[in-house]
Amino acid sequence: MVLVSQKMEIMPSITVIDYGLGNTKSVGKALELSGAKVTVSSRIKEIESADGIVLPGVGAFQKGINNLKKAKLLKTIKSQIVSGKPCLGICLGLQMLFTESEEHGSSPGMDIIKGRVKLFRNNLKIPHMGWNRVKFQNAAAGVPEMFREIDNNSYFYFVHSYYVSPEDSFLAASTTNYGNEFTSSIVKDNLWAVQFHPEKSGENGLKIMKNFADKCGKKQ
Amino acid sequence: MNNSKTEQNNGLAKRLIPCLDVKNGRVVKGINFVDLVDAGDPVEIAAAYAETGADELVYLDITASVEKRSAMLEIVARTAEKVFIPLTVGGGIEKLSDISDLLKAGADKVSINTSAVENPELIRKASLEFGAQCIITAIDAKRTSPGKWEVYTYGGRKGTGMDVVEWAKKTTMLGSGEILLTSMDKDGTQSGFDTELTAAVSGAVGVPVIASGGAGKLSHLKDVLDKGRADAILAASIFHFGKFSIPETKKYLLKNGIPIRV
Repeated sequence: MVLVSQKMEIMPSITVIDYGLGNTKSVGKALELSGAKVTVSSRIKEIESADGIVLPGVGAFQKGINNLKKAKLLKTIKSQIVSGKPCLGICLGLQMLFTESEEHGSSPGMDIIKGRVKLFRNNLKIPHMGWNRVKFQNAAAGVPEMFREIDNNSYFYFVHSYYVSPEDSFLAASTTNYGNEFTSSIVKDNLWAVQFHPEKSGENGLKIMKNFADKCGKKQ
Repeated sequence: MNNSKTEQNNGLAKRLIPCLDVKNGRVVKGINFVDLVDAGDPVEIAAAYAETGADELVYLDITASVEKRSAMLEIVARTAEKVFIPLTVGGGIEKLSDISDLLKAGADKVSINTSAVENPELIRKASLEFGAQCIITAIDAKRTSPGKWEVYTYGGRKGTGMDVVEWAKKTTMLGSGEILLTSMDKDGTQSGFDTELTAAVSGAVGVPVIASGGAGKLSHLKDVLDKGRADAILAASIFHFGKFSIPETKKYLLKNGIPIRV
């Protein structure tokens, strides 16, 4: 890894938040391949000092929020997002940004994005598991940086039973069809969040990681 | 059955999943669970499969003795550094710590067979702890009479007297997020999947069903995805020995109206 040390001064540092849910190993490795210096951590210091943060996760909404609470990370994550630092939410890491989830009746989320997390109600199988197409939305303003070098309608890997429904539909950077058309990613300034798993979506997924690492590397 | 109607309004692709049987850190393939042929390094093969378009990968640990566990964990960790599609690991999983070890090493899902039957609580607890999406129940099914199949455990050696469709329903109620269904009658024969079995289970549960056992030609794959209502196919021999490549299989399925990622 000689190249790494030579390029150290321009390598963005990214902290993958470890709160016990999600494949932090794959997320971290994918970001490393994208040229980032990666730390997997639940320490506030390492979250605050990074150029960018990733909130991964898969599993139950309430458990995710509870784990973040226990680790005393809710406030930190919020303030980091508000500060303008690049942040990438993945799967549960997207859902927890919302006002509330229908999971277990009703569970409050971080309320960074106004809207609800809803259960799929159709005759299709749950979880929505596998590769589905991601259709760019609101692309009139240009395809978001997140999807740079990725074709419209590309396949990404999904595993979830709930989907997000933002009050402001213009936040949707893409939609995907599983019985109903749902928001599969959002872009809100420095905040990117995706329902699918870029760390499990082969080449296209690695491109998203690369786009995020590049964004973290730019001077804010 | 409005299957075709829902599929029009649903972009989800059917999945092709190569399965690598791993023993002593090497890939082997059991023909009818007995003969084994060595075929190489799992990580290299996994990377090659991912590159050619495999949708997921499965490692089945057929050693599964305690001292061999660490070998599999090491292979999983190496795979997670190189391969960026979902990885499932099965074989010899008996307790929650086995599952958390594999997930921490970089696996995305685990597949549980005998221990699920003997200790259904494991499925419930694992699902609560890690989420239903990563808990697959593997079922080995043997036909006993028309439209009836019995659950077998211990690599197909022990009959349980349990009905396959009933067990599939029960294990999904307990929290299993996916079923890996192998027809023992068809496995290794290359004479086609048991589409009747697959359709019976797929129609009875609300979670995805992966069909396994019997793939010999491309039309078999189409039949089990179509008539068998499978959500995914697990296959070994037809891919391993170069009979069909993943791209050629996907091209065929797409041409025959099956939604597939290419």
